[in-house]
Parts: sequence; C-alpha cells; structure tokens
Amino acid sequence: MNPFRYTRVTTPKAAIAAVIQEGGTYFLAGGTNLIDLVKREVILPEKLVDITKLPLATIEKTATGIRIGALAKNSAVADHALVQKQFPLLAMALNAGASAQLRNMATVGGNMMQRTRCSYFYDPSMPCNKRSPVQSGPDKGQPNGPAGCGAIGGFNRMHAIFGGSGKCIAVHPSDMCVALAALDARVNVAGPKGERTIPFTDFHRLPGDRPQNDNTLLPGELILSVDLPTNAFAEHSHYLKVRDRASYAFALVSVGVGLKMNENTIQEARLAMGGVAHKPWRLTEVEQFLQGQPATEVTFRQAATLAMKGAKGYGENDFKLTLAPNALIDALKTATKTA
Amino acid sequence: MDTNPKNPPIDRIDGRQKVTGAAKYFAEFDLPNMAYCVIVGSEIARGTMARIDTKKAAGAPGVLGVFTHENMPPIPGWDAPVGGQADGPPPKPKTEETYRILSSPKILFDGQPIAMVVADTFERATYAASLIKAIYTRQPSKTDLRKYLANGVMPGGAQGADYSRGKPDAYQSAPVQLEANYTIPIEVHNPMELHGILAHWTGEKQLMIYAKTQGVNATQQAMAQAFKIDPKNIQVHTEFMGGGFGMGLRTWPQETAVVAIARKIGRPVKLMVHRSQMFTLVGHRPYTVQTIQMGADTNGKLVGLAHAATAETASYEDFTEATVNMTKFMYACPNVSTRYRIVRLDRGVPIWMRGPGEATGAFALESAMDEMAHKLGLDPIEFRLRNYTETDPEHNRPYSSKHLKEAYQKGAEAIGWSNRKSQPGSSREGDWLIGYGMSTGTFNAFRWQANARALLKADGSLTVQSAVTDIGPGTGTALTMIAHNVLGVPIDRIKVEYGDTSLPNAPTQGGSAIVSAVGSAVFDVCTAIKKELIELAVQSAGPLAGQKPEALTLADGLLSVETDPSKKVAVAELMRSHNRMVIDKSGESKGGPNLQNYSMYSFSVHFVQVRVNPLTGVVRVSKAVSVADSGRIVSPKTAASQMIGGVTGGIGMALTEEAVIDHRFGRFVNNNLADYHVAVHADVPAIETIFIDKPDPYINPMGAKGMGEIALIGFAGAVANAVFNATGQRVRDLPITPDKLLRTA
Repeated sequence: MNPFRYTRVTTPKAAIAAVIQEGGTYFLAGGTNLIDLVKREVILPEKLVDITKLPLATIEKTATGIRIGALAKNSAVADHALVQKQFPLLAMALNAGASAQLRNMATVGGNMMQRTRCSYFYDPSMPCNKRSPVQSGPDKGQPNGPAGCGAIGGFNRMHAIFGGSGKCIAVHPSDMCVALAALDARVNVAGPKGERTIPFTDFHRLPGDRPQNDNTLLPGELILSVDLPTNAFAEHSHYLKVRDRASYAFALVSVGVGLKMNENTIQEARLAMGGVAHKPWRLTEVEQFLQGQPATEVTFRQAATLAMKGAKGYGENDFKLTLAPNALIDALKTATKTA
Repeated sequence: MDTNPKNPPIDRIDGRQKVTGAAKYFAEFDLPNMAYCVIVGSEIARGTMARIDTKKAAGAPGVLGVFTHENMPPIPGWDAPVGGQADGPPPKPKTEETYRILSSPKILFDGQPIAMVVADTFERATYAASLIKAIYTRQPSKTDLRKYLANGVMPGGAQGADYSRGKPDAYQSAPVQLEANYTIPIEVHNPMELHGILAHWTGEKQLMIYAKTQGVNATQQAMAQAFKIDPKNIQVHTEFMGGGFGMGLRTWPQETAVVAIARKIGRPVKLMVHRSQMFTLVGHRPYTVQTIQMGADTNGKLVGLAHAATAETASYEDFTEATVNMTKFMYACPNVSTRYRIVRLDRGVPIWMRGPGEATGAFALESAMDEMAHKLGLDPIEFRLRNYTETDPEHNRPYSSKHLKEAYQKGAEAIGWSNRKSQPGSSREGDWLIGYGMSTGTFNAFRWQANARALLKADGSLTVQSAVTDIGPGTGTALTMIAHNVLGVPIDRIKVEYGDTSLPNAPTQGGSAIVSAVGSAVFDVCTAIKKELIELAVQSAGPLAGQKPEALTLADGLLSVETDPSKKVAVAELMRSHNRMVIDKSGESKGGPNLQNYSMYSFSVHFVQVRVNPLTGVVRVSKAVSVADSGRIVSPKTAASQMIGGVTGGIGMALTEEAVIDHRFGRFVNNNLADYHVAVHADVPAIETIFIDKPDPYINPMGAKGMGEIALIGFAGAVANAVFNATGQRVRDLPITPDKLLRTA
C-alpha cells in the first residue's frame, strides 16, 4: 500500500477540483471496493477525496419518475417505498447483491464504479491489462504488475461470454447496474466542463483495447444522481441471480426482466443480463422480438436463442452458453407468472 | 454411572462468555511493549529468490526488525535436521526437499514466507511488509495433481500400506460391476478466527505463549524441542478458539519463527496472518483422486470392492490420512483391496480437515454404493442392509457397539424416505426437481491417554482441570456433565478450567476423541473423590457409620443409603467434620485390553432432500437429517450443535467449497472469503439431529464415542446421491456447482 493523502470535501465543485488537481486521485464513498483495492495494491492512489459529506443521498419523486442520489446507500434504495412499488426489479437486484453489511455501506454511485472481481486483476503478481495497461499514460493508468490477460487460457469460470476482447474478458460484477440498464436509467454527472447526462447503457463500456477504462466518465467527472423513468413493468418484474451459493456470491449469470403484459401477451419488454460482459448486457433485440408475443415457453426459447447471438466461451465459462439462455427462460417464466 | 442414564440437555457453560465477548481469544491478549509481525509470502510456487530488497521496509516508521533467510535468528532445535518435517520424526521414504522457514532463498510453495516484518503497531508492520520486493528466478511448478498422478509414491507408516483380503480383482467376476472416479478439490478450513501466535519470553529460558492451537501440550513440546528448553518453562494458553477444524493440529513453522524473533528483539511479538495466508500457511484438505471398483451379485451382495486414492502432499513433507480405511470394514464383502498413494507437489503441506481422509473416502465409497444400488434396482438402504456386518471384517473382531440399522431406520422416517421415487428425475415441485439421498459415515472411536484433576471444596463447589483446549464443540460443558454425574454437585457449582499447560496434561483436541479421553480422566478423578467421601462417611461416627460403601449414593450434595434415604449426611458437613476443606485428586486415565478386543467406531447416517433447478443447475439442500450412533451422548445440546456444524461444513463440501489454483502460476485465484464459498445461512436448511444415545459398553466409563468427525463424514455423498435421484445426473467431482450439472446434462 502506498501512502496517500486524504481530504474531505463538502461540495461537488470542490470534489471535482480536488480530483483534477493531480493524477492518482480517487473519490471515496462507501469504500467497500476501493479500500480493498488500495490494501491489495491493485490501485496505488496518491490522494483519496472523501465525498460522503456531499448532499447527494436523497431519493425523490420527479415529474418523470424518481431520482436517486449517487450517495444513497444500496440498502436505503432497496428499502425505499417508491422503489419497491414502482421499480421492484431494482430492489430485487440490490438485495441480491453482496451482504446486508456491505449494502449498508455501499452507495449507488460506488456500485456503478466498482471494479471487476477477476482474480488476475486483484493479484498484482498476475498478468492483467486492466490493472496494468499496455498503453499507459497520465489518463490511461499506470502499469502495476505484468500486462496481459490471465483469464484467457486460465481461470475464467466467472468471465464474459459477450463483448470480450483479446485484452480482457472480465465482467462487471454489479447486480444493481443490471436493473438500471434494463430500466432505461440515466446518469447525471458533473465535471470540470459542467454537467451532462449519460444513458445508463452508455455508462459502462466494453474492454476493447482499453480494458483499464470500465466506463465513459471523463477525468474529474462525479456521479450526482441516477434518474429512473416511470414505467409499467412493476407487476411483471424479476431479477434472477444464478450463483454458487445462495447469498454473498457474485453472479454466474443474472437476468433482469421487466414486462408490460396484456393478459397473456407481452406488450413491452426490458431485459438485461449480468455476469456475462464487461458491462450490464442489455438485450434490445430480444426486447423487440418479445413485443406482441404470447408468454409461452416457445416464445421464451426463441428469445433465449436470439439473446445468445455472438456469445463466445473461453473454456471454463463455456457452461454459461447453456446457463445464460436457460436463466433467461427461467426469469421470463417467473416474470410472466407462467412458471 | 454404571447404567449410564441419559443426560439432560444443559446450556453451554461458556456460551455467555462467548456471546458477550468476555471469552478471550489469543489475538485479544495484549502485553506491554508488544510488537506485531506480518509475513510476506512468495509470489511463485517454485524457484529461487535472486534478490530480496528489505531496505525500504527496514527504514519504515516503527519497524523493529525485518527477517529473511539472510538474518533469521537460529532455531537451535532445528540445527540437526530431523528429516523433512520441522516437528516430527523423519518420513519414510525421504522427501525430496527440506523446508525450514526463512533458511534459504529456495521457494517450495506459493505463499512460502520470504520475510517476517516486525513493527510497533500492526498497521506499520503491514505497511512495511508491503515495501518488500523480491526478484525471483522462476522454475516450472508442479501443482496439478491430475497431471502427476503417475508420480504417486507409497507413503510410510500404517496408512501407506496396501490392504487386501480375499481375492484381488474379484469384482471383475461379478455379474454387476461398477468402476468410477471421484475427486475432492482442495478445501481450506477457513475458521472465522485467523491463525497466529503471541510469544513472550519472560526470562532467558522462560516462555509464555498465547496461540491458536488445538493442543497446548503439543505446542509446548514443539517449542521445547525447537528452543532446547525444559517444557516446564513453557506455558501455552489457548482457552478459546474461533474454530479449528484441524488447522491447529500442529505447530506451524511460522509460529516457531515468531518465538525466535521475539527472543531476538527482546519484546513480546504477536502474529495474526492475513486471510489469504490461511490458504497457504496452515494446511488444507488435500486434492484427492479416487477410484472405486465394485462388483455385486444379482441378489445385491457385494462380491468385490477395490478403493484406490491418490492425494497431494508437499515436496518437503509427507502428509497422509485414512482416506481408504472405511472401505476395509464398512461392509460385509469377502474380497476387498485398498491402495493409497501420495504425490509430492510444489504446494504447502496439507493437514487434517474435519472428518479428514474418511470424509474424502466416504464420498467415493458411498457414492459408489448408491450407483451400485441403482444398477441393481435396489433401494440404497436395502442394498446397505444386504451387506451389513455385525463384526469388523478387517480385524475379525466384534464392534464395541454398532446400532447402524436403527440409525438407518430413524433417519429414513425423519426425512420421509418413503416419498423417494426410485426412478431418477421423476419427482417435481413446479419447475424444481426433488431428490432424496443418503449416506453412511464412520470414524474411529478413540480412547487416548489423558490427565485431569478435580478439587471438591467444603463449600460444595467443584473445580475440574485439564489442559485440553475447547475448540468449540462444548468440551467444557461435557466435562461439567461428567463431573456432575459422578459427584452430584449441581451444574452451577462446577467450574471447568482448561486450555492451559499449567493444568494436567491432555491430548490435542482432535479425532473426535476428547470426551472419551479427557472425560474418562475427569470421571476417574471424580470417582476417586467419591470413594474418599464414602470412606470418610462409613469409617467414622455418624449416620452412615459402618454402611457398605456400595450401598451409598451421592446426589445434590448428599451422601445417603440408596435403600434408606433417611440415613444421610451432607457432603459439606462430612468434609468439615473431618477438617477436610478440600479433596484434591489427580490422575491419568487410559483404556484397557478392550481397545484390542473390540473395533471401536462411531457411525452416522445422513439423509438429505435436495431441490434442483434443471434450467440453472442450482442445487439447494432443502432438508437434512443426521443420525449419530456415537454411544451415550454426554451433553445433548452441545452435541446437537456439533452435528449442525458438521452438516453445515458438509453442505459446503458438497456444493460450494473449492480452492482453485491457476497451475500456470501455481497460485490460488480465490484466496478470500468472497470467492472461496463456505456455506452461508441461506444455503443451510433446518437440520434435524437424532442420537441413538445407547452407551458403548467397552470404550470408557461414560459409554460415549466421538461425534465431531461423523457429523461431516458421508454428508457430501448423501447430497450427490440426492442430486442423482433428482436429476439422473451423477456428479463425481465435488463441489456440485451449477456448471457441472449443465455440463453433464
């Protein structure tokens, strides 16, 4: 662990200023992931900027839906009456994540910013392009340990089947983000050049040649809040998380489903998967296919086949090529109450 | 006590201390001027350190010393190597390597200590440790057992010998045959409490140790040998332990190193390892590959049975366990052979983990029994009953007690075995498949030698003493019950003192042997007190003068004539009238010739109901019933807890636990509690425990056999058998994770 400085700020402006001042500076919120990364020397920060005192923890009703402050705790969001009533998928996804203790510390913004759980990323003696990028530089990250991808040809049971690159096949570990991606969330951020809004599905990115970049935030940008638009999916929502044990385990595959139904017909669908890609994997093509279809096993099987277009296994994770479509079928059955 | 009446359930005597935080674990002891040690581990599994840079660490704030192979203080008892093992007799045949902590730049396993950093606070020691950088010359490492099965060697000792009775390969002539391979991955004990030690030299040759050890006397002996000092001058204290499961069954090299370092720097030194080091420095259940070959006739009688196991060990030490033993005596089969081999790999040495080798072996044997029952079209219980044996076929002698038939029956009733459909995959609840499975477990019932002391005071209180450590099963509670039964002293007037070498010698807590060993010693010294009380009463004037000793009974502080309770004397009054303020008895207890005349085993039967999701491959244990035939239960409440704990461990073994190595690097990729999955509450259903609770007439005066191991042994097999019943899919490689069911689908 390298010695770092610590400052606490009380306004977003001061937070942004503190981060752009020098490289190697990180926002510190719940700390449930960042502190581990520091202790294990996966990241070597120069400075941590404590943002927990910023007034960004509110969950409120808006004209178009709800707005969740970036510093709202995972447990506060999952327990919030508005969320439970209008966005049960989000509450289910949050409660499927981590443990009660972690959910009491972890924030919405921090959840979005958490790093992959890939073993090679976490062990600086092992090769990892995400931790130790080949193209390093001031805004591209500093090398830390050997470059390469340990997971390709190695222990990749937990890894991506969609959108991987020759440089990285890590997955984003969040459950919450799968729900937010499915529910058309938008992310409000502030940076040195002012505020902007990013569609949630554009917030995380695929690894490509720059696996060190998990998302599309620009240097110094701070997440302020997440907006969720009102929808008609509450009654037919389900979050299915398939994992190695019943609690406190990352997803092998997870599926977030929100449907608008008319009798037995699917009028509108929202679908995203977790544990399969470097970002929450939204399935827009499948959503379009499901529109107007009867909620039958045949429909679900067709949807599952369509969902797997472009999927690729890397050996130990080949089972996900079976598990992912099966999980999708299972989740659709539950959401449509045809199980 | 001769009739061994059933015991009432009493509360755990240390329960309140534990839940209020009053119980003090080794790491909670703080001494003036204490320093903290942090270990830096190797990042490679095989090779040499070309260079180790300790300069930055040595100059970091608060650092008192940085120790590597270049400046490690000598450990005098290790000067003359005793073979490959730091604390025991030399192995046969000789191992390829010798491991002495911080004695050489040679690396023999991943995580091997390359430096130990000592500072005035734990945080500063941790920081300084992070500044140490080593340059390695890497050599190809052998860590994958499956790749090196051909390198198996026959280990020395009784466990290493091949066994055979009847005709070898007889299974090949049987009308129904089975041959199958089973694997157990590396499992790590991972108790909540981390491993470590606090060493304090209180004089030139005087040592005080607070450790996480399952045997304070064993640690005392190991340190006496290492530092060439009189064991009497070494005090070891381990009253409470936050889970041992076998990892505290030996003194690990880093513990000895801490003692040496404490002497060198002249301050007490505390070591508490990092969770990731629990995977490399304190042993594990060895990766084991097994083959069962089984033949049966069409009536369901076993014709031949062969069991072969190959397990990993370190390059520098041979570790063996009783993996194939159960096969030798469990079933009435005329032709049986077993074979056990070990392969020396570039790995840290394994150690017994709960149930040890028997749990590994039982998974293979009891899975195979289930497979054969299916082939024969027999109910798995019926198949076991057709091969039931009332005598031990390995040693040709009777069992001291065996009530396994009753256990099968009681467990079957409790789980609802009649709901099991013999056709796999034919029972559903909604989308979930339902299956039932069962398995047998067995483990030696030991009677080791132990000492105890008891002091009865005239105020009516009793103190019982033994050095034994209570690693959690409720040893103190059981000893209280035994003393109560002999002397009739009320439970709340009995104090048990344990976990310290200043108390009478006791064996290491392990092998499910402590109630039998230490309990017998407590029984004996309490009986000696009782005898003296009776002598006092009958030999002197008073209401019991002249009574026959055997006519007297002792209960609730009163000595009376059994047939005429009006003739009585209060024990307190009796003692005071003879001016005896205390009766103090010490003694050693050990078994007699019955240990040779009978085969002594505890037995268990596990029944489970599982639910399997055929789409996702998720398996849930939805019901669990475990029946123990372990003699008279001394403390029913803590025994039930122990059973529940064992079953919980069994669920982990069956479904979730596996430490994974990337063999390209020889390094673990899931060495933390987020990625190494022990079973959590949500994985564990309500567990029903049933005790046969019939005393064993030969093993010890309580009639009690061991409990700890059989709670886990066999459980994983029951789950695998239930998964087969639910799905028709046979998983022979633990753990049964969703991917395996999807792969074999």
